[in-house]
Amino acid sequence: MNNYEIVVIGGGPAGLAAAIEARKNGVKKILLIERDRELGGILQQCIHNGFGLHIFKEELTGPEYAERYIQELITMGIEYKLNTMVIEITKNRQITAINTIDGIMHIQGKAIILAMGCRERTRGAVRIPGTRPAGILTAGMAQRFVNMEGYMIGKRIIILGSGDIGLIMARRLTLEGAQVLAVAEIMPFSGGLTRNIVQCLEDYNIPLFLSHTVVDIEGQDRVKAVTIAKVDKNSIPIKGTEKRFECDTLLLSVGLIPENELSKCAGIELDKVTGGSIVNESMETSIEGIFACGNVVHVHDLVDWVTEESKRAGKSAAKYVKGESTGRYKVINIKGINGVRYVIPQLLRVKNITESINLMMRVDNIYKNIKFIVKGNGQKIKEIKRAHVAPGEIETIKITLNELTYRDYNEISVEIVKEEA
Amino acid sequence: MEPKDMICIACPLGCRLSIYEDNSAEGFIVSGNKCLRGIDYAVKEMTNPTRVLTTTVKISKAFFSRIPVRTNGAIPKSLIYEAMKLINCIEIQAPVRMGQVLIKNILDTGVDIIASRSMYEREMLDHIKDSTFEVKKSL
Repeated sequence: MNNYEIVVIGGGPAGLAAAIEARKNGVKKILLIERDRELGGILQQCIHNGFGLHIFKEELTGPEYAERYIQELITMGIEYKLNTMVIEITKNRQITAINTIDGIMHIQGKAIILAMGCRERTRGAVRIPGTRPAGILTAGMAQRFVNMEGYMIGKRIIILGSGDIGLIMARRLTLEGAQVLAVAEIMPFSGGLTRNIVQCLEDYNIPLFLSHTVVDIEGQDRVKAVTIAKVDKNSIPIKGTEKRFECDTLLLSVGLIPENELSKCAGIELDKVTGGSIVNESMETSIEGIFACGNVVHVHDLVDWVTEESKRAGKSAAKYVKGESTGRYKVINIKGINGVRYVIPQLLRVKNITESINLMMRVDNIYKNIKFIVKGNGQKIKEIKRAHVAPGEIETIKITLNELTYRDYNEISVEIVKEEA
Repeated sequence: MEPKDMICIACPLGCRLSIYEDNSAEGFIVSGNKCLRGIDYAVKEMTNPTRVLTTTVKISKAFFSRIPVRTNGAIPKSLIYEAMKLINCIEIQAPVRMGQVLIKNILDTGVDIIASRSMYEREMLDHIKDSTFEVKKSL
């Protein structure tokens, strides 16, 4: 059995930031485990710019953002292990991992930080009719083929889903000589950032069909044609609105799911809405000493917020290892209602908050001129005006310690209220 | 002249702007904007739209066959395809350092094409991998 103070699972932006922050807070024996052949996670294939605007005040590309943290990790001498797959974690914080050099390893961590990220939803998850030929792949997989491995994935392409990865890939494939015929989005609005709609679709005259979905895929060996159709407000295709495109590739950008197989096997409680673990203010899961951060908790849209959240996890894990934090404080439940889909963290122990806490949340629709109202035991604590909110963009509300200790709350809720004109 | 419609991306609000040329001092009239940044954005888009270009270059002796690159500043939007052609012509060899200039002053824009990550030689990477860690085999 190998013993470590903190074991971090996953070497993407979340794992890197958590490990670095734990070391900065005085933890010596840290091990980071990564299943890929290098650190950096999904950032390494996100070669477009726009990362780090909030943390570095620069527009970096994904690999550049990753390299800054990788260099810091290596300079600090934090141990890491590549090409290594964690196959089990237990509630007693024992880890079983495997690679081709060491074989099976048993590792005991005083604390564990889960930073496994998320995974793409596939064709099976969205139930698309039609044949099953080659040429149907997820946008992230296409991104890896094109940007890292150097394979072009097709010549005439349809993209289903207008999340950011889909939009980014529409531009990328166009630049590499493919023809992106259409982007279809089942919702009446895009889930991607406005900046990406403008700079990835409009710049290259790629049509975006809102309230449209794929109703047929043709082709025996390779995709031959894809038919899209308009949908009604119950997402049911409307007969007579079909458009058929002859093409060889269909890309799916239909959402991401936190990758929590390991969390489940340890018995960690998951949130039904986010698909990630339920966490408290310290990013600690339902099992003491196991922390989680990044896309494994909830899917973020900006890596800057992943880094921020992961630093909090690293710091909390360090405190835990040094015996400075105790779980025996009163717990407040936080929930989102009336248009707020979820709030992270779901649990809050006021005694562990030093100055303030950022509540991160997603809304369920596009709203204009609204107020977020934060209530404690049904009484208003705080309200914040927003001119525009969208499901594609995480909202953050800062709550100060003073606001939290004004009364003794059992429950906090965040909701949307339309502002009277 | 026909007014041109565009969506402002200066902030997440995404105002729908309409812009057309006139004889005023600025030369354009912008409507639909909720703040002054909208005017700046629309005028820039009309007169000289620029973009940072990110793409990849062929690389040999590395783990991967492509290395990500970018312009180290914004270039005129109209030159993007021409720049792509030039970038696609070059082939480099590992090792490469992040920020290393691969094409100087592309298309006389004063902007360079730089590597946006470091890539070691394949053998070097194997060496690093073996020396960073020595957990004894359990069991």
